[in-house]
Amino acid sequence: MSGNELLSDQGLRIDGRKPNELRRIRCSLGIFSQADGSAYLEQGNTKVLAAVYGPHEIRGSKSKALHDKAFVNCQYSTATFSMGERKRRPRGDRKSTEMSTHLEETFAAAIRTELYPRSQIDIFVEVLQADGGNYTACVNAAMMALVDAGVPLKDTVVSCTASLVKDVPLVDVNHVERSGGSPELVVSILPHSGEIVYMSLTQRFHIDHLSKVLDTAIKGCKDIGAILNEIMKGHLTKLDTSLQAS
Amino acid sequence: MLTSKVFLRKTKRGKVLKVVREHYLRDDLWCGSELCKKCGQENSDVLDKSPVSSSTLCAFPHYIVIDTNIVLHQIDVLESPAWKNVILLQTVLEETRKRSTNNYKKLREIMATRKDSFYVFVNEHHKDTYVERKPGESANDRNDRAIRKACSWYQTHLEESQKGTDKKKQIKVVLLTQDFKNREQACNEGIPTYKVDEYVKSLKDFPDLQEKLAASHSESNNENREPLYPEHLAPTRIMSGIKSGKLLQGVFHSSRENFLEGTVSVEGQDKSILLQGHASLNRAVDGDVVAVELLPEDKWTSPSGIVLEDQEEQDPGDEIEKEEKLLIDSTKSKDRQPTGKIVGIIRRKWRQYCGILLPSVLPEGTRHLFVPAERKIPKIRIETRQAVTLSSQKIIVAIDSWPRTSRYPLGHFVRALGNIGDKDTENEVLLLEHDVPHHSFPETVLACLPSMPWMITEEEVNRREDLRHLDICSVDPPGCTDIDDALHFRELSPNLYEIGVHIADVSHFVRPDTALDKEAANRGTTVYLVDRRIDMVPELLSSNLCSLRPDQERLAFSVIWQVTADAEIQKTRFTKSVIRSRRAFTYAEAQCNIDDSLQQNELAKSLRGLNKLAKILKKNRMDKGALQLSSPEIRFEVSTETNDPIDVISKPMLDTNSMVEEFMLLANISVADHIFKHFPECAVLRRHPVPPASNFEPFLKAGKTQGFTLDVSSNKALAASLDAAVKPDNVYMNTMLRILATRCMMQAVYFSSGTVAQVDFYHYGLAAPIYTHFTSPIRRYADLLVHRLLAVAVGADVTYTELLNRKCAQQLCNNLNYRHKMSQYAQRSSVALHTHLFFRHRVQDEDAYVLFVRQNALQVLIPKYGLEGSIYLKGNDGDSKLDFVYNPDEPSQTCGNVTIRTFDRVVVQVSLDSKYVQHQKIAVHLVHPKIAGLSVDAIEIPKTDEPRTKKLKGGK
Repeated sequence: MSGNELLSDQGLRIDGRKPNELRRIRCSLGIFSQADGSAYLEQGNTKVLAAVYGPHEIRGSKSKALHDKAFVNCQYSTATFSMGERKRRPRGDRKSTEMSTHLEETFAAAIRTELYPRSQIDIFVEVLQADGGNYTACVNAAMMALVDAGVPLKDTVVSCTASLVKDVPLVDVNHVERSGGSPELVVSILPHSGEIVYMSLTQRFHIDHLSKVLDTAIKGCKDIGAILNEIMKGHLTKLDTSLQAS
Repeated sequence: MLTSKVFLRKTKRGKVLKVVREHYLRDDLWCGSELCKKCGQENSDVLDKSPVSSSTLCAFPHYIVIDTNIVLHQIDVLESPAWKNVILLQTVLEETRKRSTNNYKKLREIMATRKDSFYVFVNEHHKDTYVERKPGESANDRNDRAIRKACSWYQTHLEESQKGTDKKKQIKVVLLTQDFKNREQACNEGIPTYKVDEYVKSLKDFPDLQEKLAASHSESNNENREPLYPEHLAPTRIMSGIKSGKLLQGVFHSSRENFLEGTVSVEGQDKSILLQGHASLNRAVDGDVVAVELLPEDKWTSPSGIVLEDQEEQDPGDEIEKEEKLLIDSTKSKDRQPTGKIVGIIRRKWRQYCGILLPSVLPEGTRHLFVPAERKIPKIRIETRQAVTLSSQKIIVAIDSWPRTSRYPLGHFVRALGNIGDKDTENEVLLLEHDVPHHSFPETVLACLPSMPWMITEEEVNRREDLRHLDICSVDPPGCTDIDDALHFRELSPNLYEIGVHIADVSHFVRPDTALDKEAANRGTTVYLVDRRIDMVPELLSSNLCSLRPDQERLAFSVIWQVTADAEIQKTRFTKSVIRSRRAFTYAEAQCNIDDSLQQNELAKSLRGLNKLAKILKKNRMDKGALQLSSPEIRFEVSTETNDPIDVISKPMLDTNSMVEEFMLLANISVADHIFKHFPECAVLRRHPVPPASNFEPFLKAGKTQGFTLDVSSNKALAASLDAAVKPDNVYMNTMLRILATRCMMQAVYFSSGTVAQVDFYHYGLAAPIYTHFTSPIRRYADLLVHRLLAVAVGADVTYTELLNRKCAQQLCNNLNYRHKMSQYAQRSSVALHTHLFFRHRVQDEDAYVLFVRQNALQVLIPKYGLEGSIYLKGNDGDSKLDFVYNPDEPSQTCGNVTIRTFDRVVVQVSLDSKYVQHQKIAVHLVHPKIAGLSVDAIEIPKTDEPRTKKLKGGK
């Protein structure tokens, strides 16, 4: 009975959500003028900035160039002030490097890289505030920035997490729920085709539960996708009217 | 649908951390009232449309909101069916959870059983009732404000739904709280509010409920009284003391023999800390987690070795008797022990206690002393008006508090069980005292049972191995209806035999995650009382469908070995099977069949073959160092009409007993091996830890008095020295030594293999590197788990989540260990109860042996009844002018020319001491050797007396 009760008998989570409810999502596009594309995204208290450069020529060692497609370069970093305790190294540590690789793989699958052989696309994400689902928020923010930059995508990529408490799947877990000892399933999908481009699980749980947790996560992805779509449309119409006005 | 709000919270966990959490406020939380038209709730029948008030205090219809302090202090009152239309706020639930897990658990039980009366309103997430903590406001004040806010919200919310109705008939919300300030402020805000005792007393339909009110702390006359006990330290000081190493944290155990003594076992320390005297014990009750301060080493003492009971026959008031007389200064003795005093209580482990009221001089008075049945618990002072009726009954009482000024803890009456001495009442008491779940199985559980008439389907047979052609038989004690094991034996070739152990396939009927499974997991084990069996699974399964009855087709889980004539295992096989037992033998019948060479049928041959192999197996086991221990076991011959015990028989040990045991052990070991191989992380196993050397001290001492040097360095050495310690003139001595050795052992426990290092899997008593329980799934839940694991391992079943989860498995194991221990205690108490009943109309002289020699008493064991008693070395007429000389080194007691040492044979007179009708106990008096002033005369019953005296002469 110690610690927090992640799901109350009344069916509410610690922060007052129901198991199938997402956190509040807010997003704005085009916030930096220097970058080709940029986005700021909040998923509850998880706040992420993303900037996209490219496609451009390969920088640094030319050996990275791929003859038939673009090279996707991602950098994940967390701000020193993003968590309760001050973080020493914002980037370059093992966890950040791993996260960068995951992002690279995810976006290499979503961007139509074959259109830009021998070139490079840079995606920089910075977690300003971390409250669970960092990877998820980064994927969603980076996707919005790619849209803002006008990089051609096969499909939008959206990501969401799900967990399992008392045999009930929870969608979009926050930090408290994650550190409460329940497993976390992270999924990124291409919502139109339904393809899963990334999936990871932090802990073991019985395979009987996998399908329902995965379904919850995918449902979450689709919901997030719908919300982001609305925001995207709003941004583009605004852009359209301002272009016409000028 | 979702409004969101971010708020800040600071917590301290070593460092100051700023925690930012989201807090969503919702508009879809309903009020739960049948009356309400505004909320979108579907079935809102918790709060009635027109509640009937039975309170004279507030005659108008009302809903009740209760404050946290009521849940914390008056939980017993809340159990009453008097409570209806109660709104529980989430604020209250959360506060309770933080402050007292025990009460939280109880509250949840109450809520679960009385769903129609308690409604939980999640006010913390409701958009209109959430309040934010103001700067400078304490958490407590904020919660109180949240509760008031919820009350006034309900008030206005309900008003809107009943605008047209008569003012007098409008439902109001009443707040019950003990907090004076909260009450005052609620009054200012126009919320009707009362103290819970006021309210309970005004309930005209439930006059008895007020008895259950916990004694309030603020009794005015207490405050200016002299404190009797030292103050407890504040929690923060205790925590810092423990961190700095100045204080030690441990579990308090009060001594069975001396109420002024106790020990604290600190984790990680071999020797426990001794506590002596009222001030050192400082209001700790057995089981509490306490903080102890060690005394300087020159003040260390050793246990006083005297037997002392709190023998106040009347409420002595709040005075502490002079202790110096009771505690003899023993600082000079050699074997001193770390001694300390309790400075604070970290967690109370109070529960409800069974017992009786002490007869009071003033039966009309309201304050009475309560004597718990458990000797380790102090007497409790309660207030009741029904003392006259309760004095002849067994009752349950809960402790509320123990203020510094009170000699005894304060408590309140919970309920009455029935008349004292009534066997049903006494049975109930011992079941409750040992926390044995004994209610009848609920509907949901019975719904999981297969419908009768039940048949094994063709499909099921195809899935299993058909062993119906084998000559299988079972061997059990007489009268056994839950037969869970059966055996078979056949010769494959001259030097190769096949042996099979067939265990009832309970896991076929008890499927995981059903109500039946949960009930069984909670019960953990079947409890065998002398006159009653409390089943783990319903009777239909335990005595019929699972029981391997003769000549009936039953499902089984079989272990089949191929062994050579030297009992060497060639092959082991596990399979689910269908069997038909040919015959259910009793041990004696099986023995007859083996011994009678005229019997040449298949079964008799099988039994002989099994017996031969069992002997080899046993020898092998003994060579490896397995122990043969002893504890007195007896059986009552119960009269069929009155159910009263009429005679006592000690259980005989036959060859067949050990034959069955041997094969069960073999099956258990084989299964343990197999499941551990397949599930190294989550196999349910059983281990018996090696006892620490210090446990053996009393045993070694006893051996020394008899002139034996006992070697306890390993189980093998122990077994060998026990075998060697035989005295021709005292045959029972060896058994006594084995009894003592048994008491030095640790408890064997179930565990999940992932939680313990593999070297610790060792079973000390059986000298087996790995062991589990497989052979009694009808009566033990652990076996059922093992069955499921094994079924998965052999591909006969599928897994499920909890089975493979190490944490779940360990939790289950912990419960099983607890239930197992408790059931053993309950069984022992049941035997003790029947011994009482047996001696109700009897006085008998019996042979006895001295177990321990104490400073003021002899503890003797009467083997015939397995009974232990104390002979106080005080004169019969009360004056203790007997000159006994106590020699603590030997230890011995000498009076005149008689010296009594450990293991000496004496003759004692056993009778039921019915000085108090209330509190009967077995009295033991010395008959032989004769000591003037102490011993009593032998009773003259020529028939039984004569042979005994003869025997005695031979012995001495």
